[in-house]
Amino acid sequence: MDNIILEMRSITKTFPGVRALDNVSFKVSEGEIHALVGENGAGKSTLMKVLSGVYPAGTYEGEIHYAGEVRRFSTISDSEELGIIIIHQELALVPLLSIAENIFLGNEIAQNGVIHWPQTFARTQELLKKVGLSESPSTLITDIGVGKQQLVEIAKALSKKVRLLILDEPTASLNEKDSEALLKLLMEFRNQGMTSIIISHKLNEIKKVADKITILRDGGTVETLDCHKEDISEDRIIKGMVGRDMEDRYPPREPKIGETLLEVKNWNVFHQHHRDRQFLHDVNFTVRAGEVVGIAGLMGAGRTETAMSLFGKSWGHKITGDVYMRGKPVDVSTIPKAIDAGLAYVTEDRKHLGLVLMNNIKENTTLSNLGAVSSNGIIDDRKEAKIATDYRSKLRIRSHSIYQETVNLSGGNQQKVVLSKWLFTNPEVLILDEPTRGIDVGAKFEIYTIINQLAAEGKGILMISSEMPELLGTCDRIYVMNEGRIVAELSKEEASQESIMRAIMRSGEKH
Amino acid sequence: MVADTSAPAAKPSIADYLKNNIREYGLLVALVVIMVFFQIVTNGVLFRPVNITNLVLQNSFIVIMALGMLLIIVAGHIDLSVGSIVAFIGAISAIMLVKWGLPAIVVVPACLIVGGIMGAAQGYWVAYQKIPAFIVTLAGMLVFRGMTYVVLGGRPIGPFPKEFQILSTGFVPDFLSFLNPAPETIKNMVALVAVVILVALAIWSGFRNRRINEMHGSENEPFVFFAIQMAVITVVALFIGFQLSTYRGLPNVLVVMGVLIALYSFITTRSTVGRRIYAMGGNEKAAKLSGINTERLTFYTFANMGVLAALAGMIITARLNSATPKAGVGFELDVIAACFIGGASASGGVGKITGAVIGAFIMGVMNNGMSIMGIGIDYQQLIKGLVLLAAVFFDVYNKNKG
Repeated sequence: MDNIILEMRSITKTFPGVRALDNVSFKVSEGEIHALVGENGAGKSTLMKVLSGVYPAGTYEGEIHYAGEVRRFSTISDSEELGIIIIHQELALVPLLSIAENIFLGNEIAQNGVIHWPQTFARTQELLKKVGLSESPSTLITDIGVGKQQLVEIAKALSKKVRLLILDEPTASLNEKDSEALLKLLMEFRNQGMTSIIISHKLNEIKKVADKITILRDGGTVETLDCHKEDISEDRIIKGMVGRDMEDRYPPREPKIGETLLEVKNWNVFHQHHRDRQFLHDVNFTVRAGEVVGIAGLMGAGRTETAMSLFGKSWGHKITGDVYMRGKPVDVSTIPKAIDAGLAYVTEDRKHLGLVLMNNIKENTTLSNLGAVSSNGIIDDRKEAKIATDYRSKLRIRSHSIYQETVNLSGGNQQKVVLSKWLFTNPEVLILDEPTRGIDVGAKFEIYTIINQLAAEGKGILMISSEMPELLGTCDRIYVMNEGRIVAELSKEEASQESIMRAIMRSGEKH
Repeated sequence: MVADTSAPAAKPSIADYLKNNIREYGLLVALVVIMVFFQIVTNGVLFRPVNITNLVLQNSFIVIMALGMLLIIVAGHIDLSVGSIVAFIGAISAIMLVKWGLPAIVVVPACLIVGGIMGAAQGYWVAYQKIPAFIVTLAGMLVFRGMTYVVLGGRPIGPFPKEFQILSTGFVPDFLSFLNPAPETIKNMVALVAVVILVALAIWSGFRNRRINEMHGSENEPFVFFAIQMAVITVVALFIGFQLSTYRGLPNVLVVMGVLIALYSFITTRSTVGRRIYAMGGNEKAAKLSGINTERLTFYTFANMGVLAALAGMIITARLNSATPKAGVGFELDVIAACFIGGASASGGVGKITGAVIGAFIMGVMNNGMSIMGIGIDYQQLIKGLVLLAAVFFDVYNKNKG
């Protein structure tokens, strides 16, 4: 019989007007990697917040049994004391402090308030070795990549005598190599007897590491799958998550490609901060009407920087090169000019760069094109509400009304609001930067459908994505970027995960 | 899994509604409670016609500056220099009027322009050079104060010509006296008529808004609240209007203030500029990437503050009938406090004109009431400080609970 370390029984948690968790039961055995999956809004994060005491005992119904006893945590430190550590999707590190300072933040090795530095450094070195990170403990967090930062978070968890490690979307912002390393580490920990719960949208990763998979849907437990008893396919998991079979993750499309809309020639950009370093070198590309063009590449290849420098010089400096729309040179030196030229840029980071979270759907929808719902600087409320309502139903934004604050929407619906905003500017070319990052399978399908519709209407789509299957599934043509250069252009027929990786690797050898 | 997006919003219960909007009602209730409290403890002095007039005259400049400050705070900044702008504008208006003998009709617009330039000068550093507003306006506070001493040579200038004093001590002449039914009690018919018309307008537009909201399905506050609110506003406004009419009528300043409050409410709720300021304060990067020229918007927000501070400066100088180098010391704090009491968020993106105005009146009534009671300036400061803290704590508490 398995040794159950955690059992959550009949957990029900309600927020005003919403039942976030409805009678959820969840069981984790000691020493396993247990994956928790479900669409956004299914209740995964809420369940983990109940477990860790973010929502204190008494604000939910049900019981938590942990390590053989009923527990009633009223703060996070209560649960941390017993070895339950959560690593959130948004890393909680202080950028301008060192690795060592971050690891022991709030938990300093000190006597009478005086920090014992030699010991701190020695302990840090030990912990870093455990997570396979070869950085000096005095390196600042801001100087290491996201992948390494994630490892520092794990080292921090280890410093607290973790028994149950919970990772919320640990690989969402990591590239393949770093993700790989992280998953390997988790498996190593499992061999040493540590229990982990991993929340992830990346089903291929889950399939790789998980012993058991619990699926949540609409605030309830659907099922728990045992990966050792049966062979669980990704489609099987998706079926549980969405409650139906999803034959094809990418909606079919008949491309009708027209004239060239956007053409970028000899685009050279220097780094925003390191001003004498050239970041983009002679980038050339085109996007045609009705075409979905992908840009593949590893993190740091310069994809987002290309998009942002193009969109009103929002990134970089000393930007040179020519931009043409329908063959005519256009000025994109400021964002309003870029919008006028027919460009729209849907950012990678919708919370910080895409939406004004404290404003409602209506206000966000019209933000880029307020002129169209106003005359002489005065907003026509009725017209504005009508536009927002139209987009809400056209894009199927799930909300109780257009007056709902966007902060309360799920990731997929937030993304749809951002899309509404840009569609309302009536662009010719939409640049979509990681349009489905962090959103669930069902919403992804809807986003792809919207992309297809836009292409069918004759718009050009430039899509940046780190998920290769997504690019392969949606694009007519794919550019591959590496180290600030476009290193390959692949047609739909030529493109495959292998050919993209090969292009990246081969270009790496050249430089 | 695709929910029906056209499902109508669940009707919020009255309790839910109250919980979600406790801040706005709370503020109004607080003002009424404070007024009633001082009315009682001052044995009815607070609402005497002459005192109401004083209250308006004493607080008008705080209210006027709070309108501009609210925009600055909503945009995510702060302006510490307004007290010094008040002093400098007072000084140059005195020089122009008294020393140079220029007519008020020239001096007033000139001062507004100078104020706008002073605000713009600071806006430039904040908007285009990205220096935090706290630092820029702290520097401005010192620089403008210094400039005031320089131009005044350390000595007050006064008195002012009558035509300039009208700005703050004048009253709207009674051109409706022929309608007056009771000349023994009512000394100024215009005040009464104006208030009645305004109340009628407020009620009419309230109903109109509800009807429009209903037509395109946005939420209305429960009718009970609407009715109570309207009733309270009507009673208070009619009472104050009546009291004013038994004294000297509507102070000119009250008219100026009223027009400005209406104008800025309109700008913040209905105009594209207002919407953009809120968006910028809520998320500057997102606003910028949405094509909003955030630098220019910030710049204009500060220039606007300068103009309003200049107006306030002239009102104060005219009222004191003398320009002194120490005028307006500490005003910035009262103005900022009014905005925060009124529910503005220090991190930007949140705040209402009505809130700032009520906040200013809460401070004003407390100042006035405590002075009547004979409480010293030392305790007044202490109490005002605690009220500010309590108001903001109330905000934070509600937010965390929600």
